[in-house]
Amino acid sequence: MSSETADSAGTTEKRGAKAARIRELMATEGDAVAENTRGFNAGRYESTGRLDDYEELKAEAREIKEDAIARLPELIEEVKTSVEANGGTVYVADDADDANRYIREVAAECEVERAIKSKSMTSEEIEVNEALAADGVDVVETDLGEWVLQIADEAPSHIVAPAIHKSREGIAELFNERFEPDEPLETAEELTHFAREELGKLVEDAELGMTGANFIAADSGTMLLVTSEGNARKTVAATDTHVAVAGVEKLVPSVEDFAPFAELIGRSGTGQDVTSYLSVLTPPVNSPVPDFGDGDAPLRDTDSDDRAFHLVLIDNGRLAMREDAELTETLYCIRCSACANSCGNFQSVGGHAFGGETYSGGIATGWEAGVEGLDVAAEFNDLCTGCSRCVPACPVGIDIPWINTVVRDRVNRGEADRSQLDWVFEELVPDEEPAGLDVGARLVGNFATLAKWGSRTAPVANRVASFGPARAALERVTGIDRRRELPSFSRESFVDWFERRGGARVPPERATREAIVYPDTATNYANVGRGKATVRALEALDVHVRVPALPDAGRAPLSQGMITTAEEAAHDVYAALAEEIDAGRDVVVIEPSDLALFRREYERFLADAAHERLSGASYDVMEYVYGLLENGGEPEALRGPSGFDAERGVAYHPHCQGRTIGVGEYSTAVLERLDYDVLVSETECCGMAGSFGYKADYYELSMDVGEPLVEQFGGTGRTVVAAGTSCGEQLDALLGSSVRHPVELIAPR
Amino acid sequence: MQASTTATFLDRLDSLDVAVSEGTPDACASLIDAAAGDPAVGTPLDIPGATMPDRVEMNPTVEELRAAHTGVTAGALGIASYGSVAIESDRAGTEPVSLFVDRNVVVMREADIVPGMADAFAWLGPRAREEDIDVILATGPSATADMGGLVRGAHGPKEVHVVLLSEEDSNAGDVPEADDE
Repeated sequence: MSSETADSAGTTEKRGAKAARIRELMATEGDAVAENTRGFNAGRYESTGRLDDYEELKAEAREIKEDAIARLPELIEEVKTSVEANGGTVYVADDADDANRYIREVAAECEVERAIKSKSMTSEEIEVNEALAADGVDVVETDLGEWVLQIADEAPSHIVAPAIHKSREGIAELFNERFEPDEPLETAEELTHFAREELGKLVEDAELGMTGANFIAADSGTMLLVTSEGNARKTVAATDTHVAVAGVEKLVPSVEDFAPFAELIGRSGTGQDVTSYLSVLTPPVNSPVPDFGDGDAPLRDTDSDDRAFHLVLIDNGRLAMREDAELTETLYCIRCSACANSCGNFQSVGGHAFGGETYSGGIATGWEAGVEGLDVAAEFNDLCTGCSRCVPACPVGIDIPWINTVVRDRVNRGEADRSQLDWVFEELVPDEEPAGLDVGARLVGNFATLAKWGSRTAPVANRVASFGPARAALERVTGIDRRRELPSFSRESFVDWFERRGGARVPPERATREAIVYPDTATNYANVGRGKATVRALEALDVHVRVPALPDAGRAPLSQGMITTAEEAAHDVYAALAEEIDAGRDVVVIEPSDLALFRREYERFLADAAHERLSGASYDVMEYVYGLLENGGEPEALRGPSGFDAERGVAYHPHCQGRTIGVGEYSTAVLERLDYDVLVSETECCGMAGSFGYKADYYELSMDVGEPLVEQFGGTGRTVVAAGTSCGEQLDALLGSSVRHPVELIAPR
Repeated sequence: MQASTTATFLDRLDSLDVAVSEGTPDACASLIDAAAGDPAVGTPLDIPGATMPDRVEMNPTVEELRAAHTGVTAGALGIASYGSVAIESDRAGTEPVSLFVDRNVVVMREADIVPGMADAFAWLGPRAREEDIDVILATGPSATADMGGLVRGAHGPKEVHVVLLSEEDSNAGDVPEADDE
């Protein structure tokens, strides 16, 4: 057996195991996770929508974090002085072991038998519970969700609501089995009150209270704890030794800097305007330690020396992340969970699949890469499809998809294994990437070449694409799921069609504007109909249109973490369009994921002025039509609803990346302007996300992510429209109906 | 300005299901008496003219705290846009008295309501730096969604009742009588 075959078999096996794990999680935890995360996400829209100054607060929060991380070493020194002046101690731990050693020493010195904890992801990161338990300390989690997990011996599945994967029934079963109450517990009220009583007893004789800290002000040593249950308050109030464990990145310059975060964190995470309790503590706290062992003792106590405080600041890779130009933004993260809740894949599988050792959700890739290492991040990094819906949700504006792309690129390079490559493949994948890149990733990443080849050999390629045994082989080698319909290539490309029809029909001298329609790879070789519709619609509104052959924009390679290839594409596209833009022509883009590249990711690849010019001159086709209508274009020149569309209306799913760059709503606006009745989807991403849904590992997940679309659109009889190529394919598969681009609806025939 | 701030504050408290009693400081004891369950414990209010009803134990033992239904404490500040009240820790035990009970009655002055979150932190900042204060910004009762449904009353109080004191008669015009324009 050749080494290639052996490797291919191993890869297939690994793929199967991953798919099985995802299938299992969707079956056991998927429903609870979906209901909760979608609820949080809807709550986020409502709660942030009530803020008049939401964008200003985000900008302010971002600015504070940028400044704090830039000055981090200085803030660490400052907080040492402040906390010590207050009578506390600061310990900066290099890593988890160092932190645990210090905390164990504190516990031993105070002869601690029980430690109570409020929820802290950082304490999960260092696994302090295990370290203390090894010394015989009884560590009790007092956050109700964490306590449930401690009893069940499970890991958190969400950074804010750790037991989100557990149903009420599951918790009741767990409690009834473990505690055997006289009356079996059933309702959420009963479960909560039972836990309150049980934990209340444990709290009373604890000696050490451990909390995290959401933010720490360097100027005063004050910390902000964001909680709802009141357990963090009890953890601090009831014990005489307070240990706060926090990553160094939690430092901000001053107490006043807490304000925007206090307004944003609850809204962004679970959709609460504010959580029940914001504890603003300058420990050791000024509150008597109740002597629960002596009931007759007065609570009041004027002796203010009864409390000790230790702030344990954890480095554990963070100061190195700070020096890493691409990962440093991760340190702005306030752990609100918006990126998890807004993520289609997370909503379906939760943090047990979409997470690493400690952290979960989109930003977890950055945390796990920085804290644990690339290989831990690599295990779940695939689950970020780059749909970018987390970008506007993030209260500190972290480009989370970019962090995922960077990590993918590093994984591609780091795990290069030459023997995986098949020489036949080389012709189809003329990229700049390292050998050993996953075959499936490489095929998808080189979609432009593949599409060109497919178009040239359309009848053959299309027949192969629907031929069972060939698909089975394709799945084995590339991981492309055989249940997916492959793109059907057109024999005549969009560019060729335009040339054959004799070019522009509206001459420049009669035109209101001049536009280049960008022939993206999908439109050019597979989905030519929407290109033709674009030309007809724009010409109906008196635009002089041209469709020159232009380079691929690089979306497919970027989605596979092939950053070098994508960057080359950016330079090529700009070079090809610069003169057109100089001549005052607009660039009209049909595929929203390509426009999103021009506007967002190209900023990283092009010189500032170049990016500004390209992004400023580029329009989504429906945005462009909207602008033309606003500027006197005749709506009558376009097609309004007729027949079926008029009777049943239209169902429109905005493209994820299109929404992020703010062009999703133009389709709705134009269609409504033309008197269509439009039902707009509320789903963040259709689940296909470019090539993600094609992969055998993720086919079922991808279909599950799209399920809310079936619930909303299925059976309505509406004409379904979507701007993204892959959205169209996904909706086809989900709804069994043919999906068109909105421009195909409104273009004159 | 204060009138509309107060109106916003009351509106937010209402949406949080926080009961409110309004009156002048001389009515304080009777308002607290009506709001507090039994047994009740408390800590000094430090509001001029405001007194506690006799039945509130002002120097509770740990056992009395454990047995208490209601804890009566002062609110140092109100945040109108959130309906939050600031509970400041002290050596008398305001933090445990407001926490280890089923109902927290918070007594505060209308003049101490500020419009927004930034105002609250502007007030907090200097005092944190100079006096090391510890403050809980509490918004409604404690709550959890960890047990498969939203439940009020997790570790902290299940109910919050605000007694709002103003120098003037509280009916002095911040709420329109009727829409008779």
